[in-house]
Amino acid sequence: MIPAAFDYVRASSLTQAIELLRDNPDGAKLVAGGHTLLPALKLRLAAPELLIDIRSVAEIKGIEIGETHVKIGALTTHSELSASEPLNNVFPIFRETARLLADPQVRNRGTIGGSLANADPAADWPAVVLALGAQLEIVGATGRRTVPAEDFFLDIFTTTLAPDEILASIQIPKPKTGTRYAYRKIRHPASGFAVVGVAIAVRMLDGVVDEASIGITGATNHAFVGKEAAEFLTGKALTRDNIDEAARMLSENTECLSDRYAPAEYRANLVRVELGRALLELSQ
Amino acid sequence: MPATASTREVTIEINGLRRTGTVEARRLLVHFLREDLGLTGTHVGCDTSQCGACTVEIDGVAVKSCTVLAVMADGASITTIEGLTDGSGELSRVQKAFHDHHALQCGFCTPGMVMSVRNLLRENPNPSEREIRHGLAGNICRCTGYHNIVRAVESLASEGSVA
Amino acid sequence: MTISQGTRHVGQPLKRREDLKLLAGRGRYVDDLKLPGMLYMAILRSPHAHAKIDSIDLSLARAAPGVRLALSGSALEDRIGPIVPNWIIPGSKVPVRRVVATDRVRFVGESVALVVAESLAEAYDAIGLIEVEYDVLPAVTEEQDAVRGDAPQLHENVPGNITTFYKVKGGDYEKANREADQVVKLRVVNNRLIPTCMETRAIVAAPEPDGTLTVYIGSQVPHMHRRWIAETVRIPEHQLRVVAPDIGGGFGAKMHLYPEDLLCPYLARELNAPVKWWETRSESHQSTSHGRAHTEDLEIAFNNDGRILGLKVSTLGNVGAYLSNMATGGPTVNTVNFGTGTYKIENYEALSRVVVTNTVPVDAYRGYGRPEGAYIAERAIDAVARHLNLDQVEVRRRNFIQASDFPYRPYGSTGVMYDSGDYQALLDKALEAFDYEGRRGECEALRGNGIYRGIGVAAYTHMCGMAPSRRLAPGGFDRGGWESARVSIDSSGRATIYSGSMSQGQGHATSLAQIAADVLQIPLEDIEIVQGDTRQVQAGHGTFNSRSMAVGGSSVHVSSHRVITKAKTIAAGMLEVDEKDVSYSAGAFTVPGTDIAPLTFSKVARMAYVGHKLPDGVAPGLDETVFYDPTGMGAPSGVHMAYVEVDPETGIVDILDYVAVDDVGTLINPRLAAGQIHGGVVQGIAQALFEEVSYDSESGQLLTGSLLDYAVPRAEHVPNIRSSFQQTPSPTNPIGVKGIGESGSIAAPPCMVHAVLDALSPFGIKHLDMPLTPPRIWAAIRSVREGDAR
Ligand SMILES: Cc1cc2nc3c(=O)[nH]c(=O)nc-3n(C[C@H](O)[C@H](O)[C@H](O)COP(=O)(O)OP(=O)(O)OC[C@H]3O[C@@H](n4cnc5c(N)ncnc54)[C@H](O)[C@@H]3O)c2cc1C
Ligand code: FES
Ligand code: FES
Repeated sequence: MIPAAFDYVRASSLTQAIELLRDNPDGAKLVAGGHTLLPALKLRLAAPELLIDIRSVAEIKGIEIGETHVKIGALTTHSELSASEPLNNVFPIFRETARLLADPQVRNRGTIGGSLANADPAADWPAVVLALGAQLEIVGATGRRTVPAEDFFLDIFTTTLAPDEILASIQIPKPKTGTRYAYRKIRHPASGFAVVGVAIAVRMLDGVVDEASIGITGATNHAFVGKEAAEFLTGKALTRDNIDEAARMLSENTECLSDRYAPAEYRANLVRVELGRALLELSQ
Repeated sequence: MPATASTREVTIEINGLRRTGTVEARRLLVHFLREDLGLTGTHVGCDTSQCGACTVEIDGVAVKSCTVLAVMADGASITTIEGLTDGSGELSRVQKAFHDHHALQCGFCTPGMVMSVRNLLRENPNPSEREIRHGLAGNICRCTGYHNIVRAVESLASEGSVA
Repeated sequence: MTISQGTRHVGQPLKRREDLKLLAGRGRYVDDLKLPGMLYMAILRSPHAHAKIDSIDLSLARAAPGVRLALSGSALEDRIGPIVPNWIIPGSKVPVRRVVATDRVRFVGESVALVVAESLAEAYDAIGLIEVEYDVLPAVTEEQDAVRGDAPQLHENVPGNITTFYKVKGGDYEKANREADQVVKLRVVNNRLIPTCMETRAIVAAPEPDGTLTVYIGSQVPHMHRRWIAETVRIPEHQLRVVAPDIGGGFGAKMHLYPEDLLCPYLARELNAPVKWWETRSESHQSTSHGRAHTEDLEIAFNNDGRILGLKVSTLGNVGAYLSNMATGGPTVNTVNFGTGTYKIENYEALSRVVVTNTVPVDAYRGYGRPEGAYIAERAIDAVARHLNLDQVEVRRRNFIQASDFPYRPYGSTGVMYDSGDYQALLDKALEAFDYEGRRGECEALRGNGIYRGIGVAAYTHMCGMAPSRRLAPGGFDRGGWESARVSIDSSGRATIYSGSMSQGQGHATSLAQIAADVLQIPLEDIEIVQGDTRQVQAGHGTFNSRSMAVGGSSVHVSSHRVITKAKTIAAGMLEVDEKDVSYSAGAFTVPGTDIAPLTFSKVARMAYVGHKLPDGVAPGLDETVFYDPTGMGAPSGVHMAYVEVDPETGIVDILDYVAVDDVGTLINPRLAAGQIHGGVVQGIAQALFEEVSYDSESGQLLTGSLLDYAVPRAEHVPNIRSSFQQTPSPTNPIGVKGIGESGSIAAPPCMVHAVLDALSPFGIKHLDMPLTPPRIWAAIRSVREGDAR
């Protein structure tokens, strides 16, 4: 319940935070909302020497609705994502997802940047940024780079972030008119995390799917894009049969995780059922 | 690795009073409140940030004080359960509704529950039963089965202000 | 003596008097205490389920900052302990349990070493510096595995890992089996649970300047803790004061003797400083007793009309690595004695075996044995209905013990007697509140649309308040069954009541005051209730087994009567009339039929203390203490019904409605009574649908080590609970109370299981073991569908 001792610095800029990371290659950890890191520290599952608090770094805060893109600062909390009218006018999926993420107190503190950087296989935002085709802006000692969300998640709790890099923002191309979204999640009864979560974006044109994109979390080591299912749907009407086929396809192509609560077959079933239901919602 | 624990001076406004203290960087806010300031109305019911017994308001929103370092709250303004009755000694609306509806038994979850109900009503002054239950997802009560807590909140729904 | 009633408090839904401080954050729980010079203890726990301890190196821990003391078990072995249970079924083999393990550990979480430091942080830091070498041994965690011939053996004196055999028999089961139209067998598992009081355990032991020791502990049984600590730490009992302040829930888990309860007092005396220990939640999962953990094999003999002729039961109760306080009693007496439930099953035979395994000790948890017993009866009756395709309500009706049968001894039992009740009436009330007929039709109609709804019914009865004392000896229960109350009137006529019961949230400060107020006829505000301090409260057995109102409340009632009796004598003297002409009503003594002015209770109280004018032979003072030993036990009963919808694609259960109709005898405070039902039912729903402790059966690792994986329900997981009551006063005590605390957690598990099975009946699924999690339900449906496809 009490973390091992560490030192603490409140960084005021990205540059400062990156320098601190570089100077303490083994022992420094960033802390944003702290709602993943502090529980781990309390159980002494991690024992960094230095905590670099980035909550005061103004550069990575806030939501900007630009001409072509929406830019979300890494420090934006789950509550802010849910509350922002401008954001939800464009992407109502943020409110829909935030509502199902953790609980009100956690949402008031935890950040989307922390969630993506942590890459918990059962976290919610990874599925959403995948479905939205987001680009992740990363800042490091050597400069800035942008990584498509699809290439960001590598494995369980593992991303392309180098130890001295910081996730600065999430940039999402503005959608074509008529794009609709859904996020469905089956929550683990104890942790509240996703046993399976499915995020989808679908644009219909003349009664058929013009574009579709699917992000899945909870099912495997890391969130992934349901490419084949999306491709299958493109150009087709959202009939019961097409939906079932897409859902079956996704489910069968997914090598699911097994744990004490939910065996792999159950997860695979949820992938099918939840994708099917999400698509059905959007077909109506 | 720091041979001795690093300490910091923090200044936090708590229940309207400026409080300062020297804390180790690793000091959790909840321990700062309970151990250093004697504000023991905020409880600790778990070590995985799940039970909500430690819920306080930081800058006006409900937060689990077991999942915030005291140093991270430096400069913030905090309200704890003690802050709701300070001054007059009278129970606030939410507290009174809990009393009227027998929404507490052992009382251990109660301070955190009350803070969460305030948060819920601020966000949604007129919640349905479903919304109430969903809005209390961050708090565990083992005694009441939640039934009377939900009744208490329903009695406050649509009444307006939170205080 | 008759007392005419003024304002009646009993039966009123009064609001609680204890709320205000708790709501304002001014409750006082053990961990809120901070004493000058206080030291903090932390415990190193075994990471292995079964291992020999080869060596323990404390040197780094001893040298760490702030550390005052670091010890392993060997330093304590001759000083304190061992920990002995105090309900020992005759013939049981009792393994030795040291306070801190010395040469061998037998469950993940067993204490191996300890550190005392100046701060909790330093204590935790130092614990991490202790080095222990283990030689890991094979472990066994499941009761069925532990009784196999080749199972690892836990204790030399417990061959086959069985500590206790217990048999119950009534009638002739074999004959019933021969004569019955049909016989069905069923194995049911009562899943292992973690009681999860929101306040974890905590203790502060503080040496006093006068050489005595005060122990602050969230105990349901403060006087018992005083006795146990005194005996085990070897402190004269009169020099030990146990104080139980506000308690954040108990549910049975806080009525046992744990190693830390002994370590803090011992260390406080060694170090001559207050020593605190506070349990983290994850620590609690592996150090505070678990509940249930039974496997039960049932054989049910019945006729085609649904009448059960006989029941044969064989159970294995998993009690963990050592015998906790009551461990041999719960899986035996408390379980199989009640295995016939509310049904007239005259031919009954049960054998239970108490089994040790490499797991956390198992002991009382809300209902202790009675949920397991009711589950046997209810799953049996449900199996009969399902097997015969008869209506589950009708089959219950045909088998119920009838109102005219009370007092009723099931299967001719000598130990069990149900004092009173009317199950048919309970059932009728429940059916009406539930709209059984309407919903039955709704279920049928919706099934056509692929919507799977189901109705669950469960009836229960049990017995509360283990008593009378002299009947407890043969069962090996080393405590009494009485409760004490002292009603002390001060010189202004106000009352302080010292009660040996111990509230952990039940609201005794309100309910006991209601009982006293009716007898004393003084306002509630003029009554204070004192509990939880062995220096103030004369004696007691505390709160468990739903005994506080039936036994504790009765003792308050009787001692209040004694106060009035004496006051009447004094009043007669003051009024110079014959005592038998005096009557007491509305707080004043009057002499009916005369014009003598009423004499208030407060004036009589004042006279009792100034003593100026007391009748001959009457001593001063108005202060009565009663040790009330009941003549028998009350048997609450009830019928609960649930309405659920199961999503066959995900296995998720949506609870649409829950109706509870309970007969708990006289209701002292209906508001608090309903609260007990709500809380108990939700704990029962938790057992049925959510909670389960699991161990890796190979390594013995605890897989549900924190609230991240042990699923305690949240508000959104559970329904509203429509609670109502029927009141059949118990003839076993003067206030007619039966007991209520355990009802919900006894009735809800079978009720929920039946509702889900009913919803799944189109799939032909007849049995599933708790908890009925979505993956489990889905898997059951899938295997039926796949079977159909083949
Ligand atoms: C009770 C509870 C329930 C929860 N339920 C859910 C749930 O249902 N769904 C869900 O998705 N999540 C859930 N979470 C996790 C929650 O959303 C966290 O807030 C989030 O995952 C991490 O955000 P944070 O800002 O708190 O990160 P922190 O804890 O501050 O950091 C997490 C990790 O990311 C690193 N990091 C943080 N920010 C950055 C950055 N900008 N660049 C690079 N690295 C960074 C940190 O160094 C750390 O390693 C839950 C958490 C709790 C406590
Ligand atoms: S103590 Fe903070 S959530 Fe449990
Ligand atoms: S009242 Fe006891 S935990 Fe809520």
